[in-house]
Amino acid sequence: MLTLKSIHTYYGSIHALKGVSLHVRPGETVALIGANGAGKSTLVSTICGLVKLHKGTVEFQGRNIAGFSPEDIVREGIALVPEGRQIFSTLTVEANLQMGGFIHRHNSRQMAQDMKRVYERFPILRQRSQQLAGTLSGGEQQMLAISRALMARPKLLIMDEPSMGLAPLVIKEIFKIIRELREEGRTILLIEQNARAALQISDRGYVLETGKMVLQGEGAMLLEHREVKRAYLGKGAKQIWEA
Amino acid sequence: MDEFGLGTDLLQYTVSGLTIGAIYALVAIGYNIIYNVTEIINFAQGEFVMLGGLFAVFFMGTLHFPVFAAFFAAIVMVALAGFAMERFVVRRARHASVLSLIIITIAISIILKGTAMLGWGKDPYSLPAFTAGSPILIGGAALQIQALWVLGVSIAIVVSLTLFFHHSLYGKAMLACADNPSAARMVGIRVRQMVLLSFVLSAAIGAAAGVAITPISLMEYDRGALLGLKGFGAAALGGLGNFYGAFVAGLLLGLAESFCAGYLSSGYKDAVALILLLLVLFFKPEGLFGSAEAAKLKRF
Repeated sequence: MLTLKSIHTYYGSIHALKGVSLHVRPGETVALIGANGAGKSTLVSTICGLVKLHKGTVEFQGRNIAGFSPEDIVREGIALVPEGRQIFSTLTVEANLQMGGFIHRHNSRQMAQDMKRVYERFPILRQRSQQLAGTLSGGEQQMLAISRALMARPKLLIMDEPSMGLAPLVIKEIFKIIRELREEGRTILLIEQNARAALQISDRGYVLETGKMVLQGEGAMLLEHREVKRAYLGKGAKQIWEA
Repeated sequence: MDEFGLGTDLLQYTVSGLTIGAIYALVAIGYNIIYNVTEIINFAQGEFVMLGGLFAVFFMGTLHFPVFAAFFAAIVMVALAGFAMERFVVRRARHASVLSLIIITIAISIILKGTAMLGWGKDPYSLPAFTAGSPILIGGAALQIQALWVLGVSIAIVVSLTLFFHHSLYGKAMLACADNPSAARMVGIRVRQMVLLSFVLSAAIGAAAGVAITPISLMEYDRGALLGLKGFGAAALGGLGNFYGAFVAGLLLGLAESFCAGYLSSGYKDAVALILLLLVLFFKPEGLFGSAEAAKLKRF
């Protein structure tokens, strides 16, 4: 569905992505893990058209979407739950959802239906529908950001660090939501620092390190991988070093 | 007899205060539209009012258009000026900070004023009222028919804008652009189009105010700056970005000015707006009608 072939991107003068390849098949949940500064966010920005691609191709459903503007990439069917949520804090919760469905604005019946579905999934958002989105708690804002992306009826949902800055209990809740989305058969690209949680709910995973893909494989396999365990899970590091 | 005279004065000052206040309200609304979408304070807003009046003079006086044709032709011309301002200046500076963009609007206001001086000269111009008729006398105070037009135009604009921004998806999309431009792009809103629309819309509204007020108070090339400043006072007083607040604050400001001119001295008239602006900024920076909650969530 989504295929990146050896892409190179510069972030300012920094060569942030050095020939990264990745693919996501329909119905799959794919995790992308890596430390701070590994290039995860640059990769997301590149797919979504916010950063210019230097070399390589980004193919989505057989079309090369490299060079498309962010506005057009949403219309192709890729919706983003951005890092740090980025909801419209001075608009009401309801208006945020309507903006999520902006590209389908000519189909008001579909929009009303999607809105209803979102409110069924997250009753708290219905309760707060007339409140300014900036007054929601962090977890509620994340639910709103996810809902806003769903309103675009994406074929591929990209989630950039959905657990960032949230309390442990709320993170659990967010991962539960992602698991549910996966079980509905959605195609998800999940970018996370929380490697264990991300790999546990993913079919496959990629590990990005300083702009290069260093590992890839099935989620369960990566969880057991020595290198991943040492670098990202912090588990049994001592045993591995001593072995 | 004396008491009757006092009541008449009061009524007369109220009427003229509301009329000029409606114009301040429209200028304030012009600020709010651009502010709502871009967080830019467009200090060329007063020049749009001036240009509206002078273009109407050109269409009616020189080209002999009928009055309503001249009204709409002037609005279209100024809307084009707003279009050009966004398309050829603001858009090219889009990587600049909001503060730099605000300074750019000051530059544009100076250019517009200079151009108007070259085009129309330094003399004030007048226009006939939209509809002929002698002033209506209410309790001894004279109400010009044109004052009713000014109020009518303002109310129509306020109502339609409030509906547009709070009930239409395009209106909300414009607000979303102001709130978070990159998130707005990610949901598929074409931000540049919305910014362009905001400049065109507020230029058109400024022009409408300019055409409506010219029959009452005349128009000349350098009226823009003061109108712009007072309109900004009204916008701040009403809470930046709040249309209803801008409307009420504009009327209040007009009334305050008119009473000051009538009961104190007309020399202090222009200071009223500035004093009110200072008081608001000191004591209630979110404005009389702005919500403190929303103000906290905004950057400016």
